[in-house]
Amino acid sequence: MSLLEVLPIALLGALLGLDVVSFPQAMISRPIVAATAAGAFIGNPPGGLLIGVVLEMIALDTLPFGASRYPEWGSAGVVGGALFASQPGGMPGALPACLLAALLTASISGWSMVMLRRMIAGRLARTRDQLEAGSRDALLLLHLSGMSLDLLRGALVTIVAMAIFAPLVRAIVAVWGSESAASHAVVVVIAAIVAGGALWKVFHSVRHVLWFFAAGLLVWSALLITR
Amino acid sequence: MTTVSPARDLPLRVKLGMYFRLFALQGSWNYETLNGTGVGFAIEPALRLLPGGLNGQQYRAALARESRYFNAHPYLAGVAVGALTRAELDGVEASRIERFRTALAGPLGSVGDRLVWASWLPFCSLVAIGVYGAGGTALAVVGTFLLLYNAGHFLLRAWGLRIGLSRGLNVASALGNPVLRQGPVYIGRAAALVGGVALPLALQRIVGPGRVLVGGIIVAAFIGIVLLALLRERAEGWRIALGVLAVFVLYSVLT
Repeated sequence: MSLLEVLPIALLGALLGLDVVSFPQAMISRPIVAATAAGAFIGNPPGGLLIGVVLEMIALDTLPFGASRYPEWGSAGVVGGALFASQPGGMPGALPACLLAALLTASISGWSMVMLRRMIAGRLARTRDQLEAGSRDALLLLHLSGMSLDLLRGALVTIVAMAIFAPLVRAIVAVWGSESAASHAVVVVIAAIVAGGALWKVFHSVRHVLWFFAAGLLVWSALLITR
Repeated sequence: MTTVSPARDLPLRVKLGMYFRLFALQGSWNYETLNGTGVGFAIEPALRLLPGGLNGQQYRAALARESRYFNAHPYLAGVAVGALTRAELDGVEASRIERFRTALAGPLGSVGDRLVWASWLPFCSLVAIGVYGAGGTALAVVGTFLLLYNAGHFLLRAWGLRIGLSRGLNVASALGNPVLRQGPVYIGRAAALVGGVALPLALQRIVGPGRVLVGGIIVAAFIGIVLLALLRERAEGWRIALGVLAVFVLYSVLT
């Protein structure tokens, strides 16, 4: 991928990275949206959607509670979607390799958010006297610079991740040894386990929840039979 | 006993300004003041109405006070922003406002986390995954998710600001709203129901039609889910996924 091709992806990564915490938290940063949008940028929305759905299942495990540290899925979804959507069709290693790249990006990007928050705290400490004096300018500068830095953070993470993972994924896909069905099956099993485990973690305290899940499975079975 | 002063009717442009700023509430989120500076940022347009305006002593004192440490779920922070605006404009004494801020932070965080992050978000994700499993196009899947999720999101922020502005320091009773108290239970059950249909449908679509693998995948997934559920908080599923995937990729490259 040339720099000209990466720049729109980086801009998308920046905007969706911003959505995770800073603005507007409309969940356009969820992987199911981010990866699909990146796929659309590449000209392959269904490809972006496929990896987006897999990433979304895994992302169910990490809900953004308060000050907890979690992976950043906005930029990671963009990287995963762009990488997968740009692979030729029918390559067995494409999905696992791109998913691995997206998960690593999410982890690194989560760390970059922690760094950004520390940086903002540092700026806050330097302007504390002005803030305590009720300076509007100091508050606006702190707030708007925090958002600008977050935008920059998302762009940098996306550019660096694309620069590292685009050639790496290409190389992995070229020498991939496992057969297509098995490769997809492993990815799907991983995603299903994480999603199921996440749902249990989140909802296990809700009374009768297993019955509702079982009812859902029954509906699925009925659909399977009648189709 | 707390007295309620008549609701102060803010100009529409001020209310809209505050509502828009609520979406950027976490723009300067940090580990020291959490979203305190964001509350100051969101409340600032209303503080200009204080006697003396932008250069007045009251404005500066209120802005400093409202920009200190605060923690709330971002979608429900509007409740605090509205209530604190009303208190500042009604001239409530500073010590009382500070006590109110401290008291309100915890409940707004826990109620919002339960309702939004641990209920509404997973529910909307599962619905979108279900639309994908049912054969939906990219536009249908993304559109369903964004419209459904943000219908709740935008309404919750607007409700929070409105209730805060109208009730002022008496806003705590609004947290007893049935949607906030019982919502997570009902949404949780709905999410479980949707998850039971959506996850296998999506897995089928990813693997492809007519594959005998589907049965094996579901059995393997079921065993994995039980093991992961037994581990509970001791294991993070996404980290396990990363590790297993890395090993699988390495194996597939080396063989």
